[in-house]
Amino acid sequence: MYRKQSKNKLMQTVRIGAAVFAGVLALSAPMSAMAVQEYGYTYNYDYWGDVQEGPDFYSVCKVFTAADLGLEQKLSNPQGLYVKGDLIYLCDGGNNRIIEIRRNSPEDLEVVRIIDSFTGDVEVTTFANPTDLAISDNGDFFIADQGNSRILKLDKDLNYIMQFDKPVDNTLDPEIAFAPNKVVIDTAERVYCIATGINKGLIKYEADGTFSGFVGATKVSYNWTDYIWKKFATQEQRARMVSFVPTEYDNIYMDYEGFIYACASNLKEEDLDAETVDAVRKLNLMGSDILVRNGDWPVYGDLYWGSGGGHDGPSKFADVTVMDNDIYVCLDRERGRLFAYDDQGHLVFAFGGNGNMDGYFRRPIGIEHIGHELYVLDSLDCSITTFVPTEFGNLVYTAMETFDEGDYEASGAAWEEIMRQNGNYDLAYIGIGRAYLRQKNYAPAMKYFEVKYDADNYSKAYKQYRKEWVEEHIGIIVAVILVLFLVPMGIGKVKKLRWEIDTADIFRDDLNKH
Amino acid sequence: MEAKAKTNFRFWQSRGFQKYIDSLKFSLYCITHPLDGFWDLTHEKRGTYAAANTILFLTILIRILKLRYTSFIFITVYWEDLNIFLYIASILFPLSLWVVGNWALTTLFDGKGRLGQVYMATCYALTPYPLVQLPLMVFSNFVTVDEAEFYSVISGISLVWAALLVIAAMGQIHEYSGGKNLLFTVATLFAMLVMIFILMIFFSMISQGVAYFISLGKEFLFRI
Repeated sequence: MYRKQSKNKLMQTVRIGAAVFAGVLALSAPMSAMAVQEYGYTYNYDYWGDVQEGPDFYSVCKVFTAADLGLEQKLSNPQGLYVKGDLIYLCDGGNNRIIEIRRNSPEDLEVVRIIDSFTGDVEVTTFANPTDLAISDNGDFFIADQGNSRILKLDKDLNYIMQFDKPVDNTLDPEIAFAPNKVVIDTAERVYCIATGINKGLIKYEADGTFSGFVGATKVSYNWTDYIWKKFATQEQRARMVSFVPTEYDNIYMDYEGFIYACASNLKEEDLDAETVDAVRKLNLMGSDILVRNGDWPVYGDLYWGSGGGHDGPSKFADVTVMDNDIYVCLDRERGRLFAYDDQGHLVFAFGGNGNMDGYFRRPIGIEHIGHELYVLDSLDCSITTFVPTEFGNLVYTAMETFDEGDYEASGAAWEEIMRQNGNYDLAYIGIGRAYLRQKNYAPAMKYFEVKYDADNYSKAYKQYRKEWVEEHIGIIVAVILVLFLVPMGIGKVKKLRWEIDTADIFRDDLNKH
Repeated sequence: MEAKAKTNFRFWQSRGFQKYIDSLKFSLYCITHPLDGFWDLTHEKRGTYAAANTILFLTILIRILKLRYTSFIFITVYWEDLNIFLYIASILFPLSLWVVGNWALTTLFDGKGRLGQVYMATCYALTPYPLVQLPLMVFSNFVTVDEAEFYSVISGISLVWAALLVIAAMGQIHEYSGGKNLLFTVATLFAMLVMIFILMIFFSMISQGVAYFISLGKEFLFRI
């Protein structure tokens, strides 16, 4: 008894000592936002849809408010973020201006100029609630000047070139004012835009300003009961019912290959659940959706739609950005979370939340990237948060990029390290398996795929493994088949021969007697 | 002489065991010749309860083995949520409902089969399940997703086969015509639903009754 007590006491002293030591360590370490992060900031979903918490993929580098940027006038309801090279453009809609920011490093953003007017032979040479912009390779600006119902094309010295007005189309209500919201351009300077109240898809203009049609309208979804109800409803009832119309896109992004990523948030839960509508789409030139959805779960952010972060229902993507390694990051404006998917539609990471701490958001509205860094614009907080990948995040990017480059050995090694750091990360196992598969090392590849239930990749590996096995053992297989066929045949032959001998006339005594 | 005979006695040579083996083999005849087979099963006393129990046991065993040894391409199991007893009950419970429901109905409408015979015939009709699923389980580990269709088709065949056998068996042991047999198959399914309903009411009432007395007891102890 005494002994035990003394031992307990000893343990207690040790514990106190350790706690003090840990405290000192914590104080001496640089106080970053991450040090106060709550448990479960970064997570992922496994094969079963269980939440698997993991090491942070990104850490907050700095949060820039107007004061941090050195602006005299505070930001007001900023709506859009655009990156060209190392310049970040911030559409400060409430103040009718666009702010050009140079990124020297993720923790050093410097305002270059404030664009609030331009020169040219037009009536209004200022902006009214600019919401988005895009810049062509030769530096021309395409600005969605929402309040003035136009998309402006300015050269790099802010001289007016031309403007894109409301499309001339019979199907559009002439009463509705044209309110361009988001704009992207392709390499031929064709303009694609989303306008408030127009749900026929993206409005496409040719480079010379002519309207050339709508592309990529979202699928119209309805169920049969609604349809039958509508058949029997009176005119007034029908007017009150929800009409079967495509939903508007919320935001678009032109990736480095010229595909347009579009996200929509105004989707019905049951349609999203039934996967009849898509939260994110990748549009080709024809306007059809070519997003790959091979992941275990649909590309719609959170799987659980219960109350979380003060919000019920599915994630609502406000913006999307696509990195050069084909990973696209979607921004959930309701729960303030970022969801990244790889080119196969696997969830790479999810993190974030609502709140006032660094790394949390109040009403995130825009996301952009420079390299692997992420820039998130919060329209209520009027701030830009810069994220840089952690060691873990960099490892995952290295693993994915070396794989795409064809360096499977390096990719496999990186995935092994990722697995060591986070054993709950399904992509690591599949990544190791894919690296083995490419190195024609089929047996271990199969093992890793099986652990994470990747049936398709497993089948690819197994098919090769089976082929190799058959080729190696072809002699034995042929021998076994021959034995299986020949032995019964031989037995049959012998039996028949015996029977013939036994019943042959010359051996039959009863016949020979005569 | 007597003692010598005893030492030479072999269990597997005994008449009882031979009868068991023969009745087990007879299940193979039943599944290929259902009308003839199930008639003889009861009328010629070719079936035994021991064989019926064996087939049922094998069915449950194969069903459990399938969870572990079928390729993950076809079955993935969330082991944390698996309750083996519930899983076994998921066969035994519908089976007993079927047997009781069928007997209870047919006995009122000229059915010749007795409760035990209904049970025996139903178990015999399950034979295709272990017979097909065991090789299929092994086979599943040698296929890719492209060849998965084979698995699902063969697996489906085994289930449909067993279901048809159950229907055929009921017709034979009750000496029913085809139409009457189908009618009573549907009626039995309905009877199963009714029994489930009654059981649920029963359990909910029991639990409420127990809860009442527990709260009464708590109140009583609290007042003292």
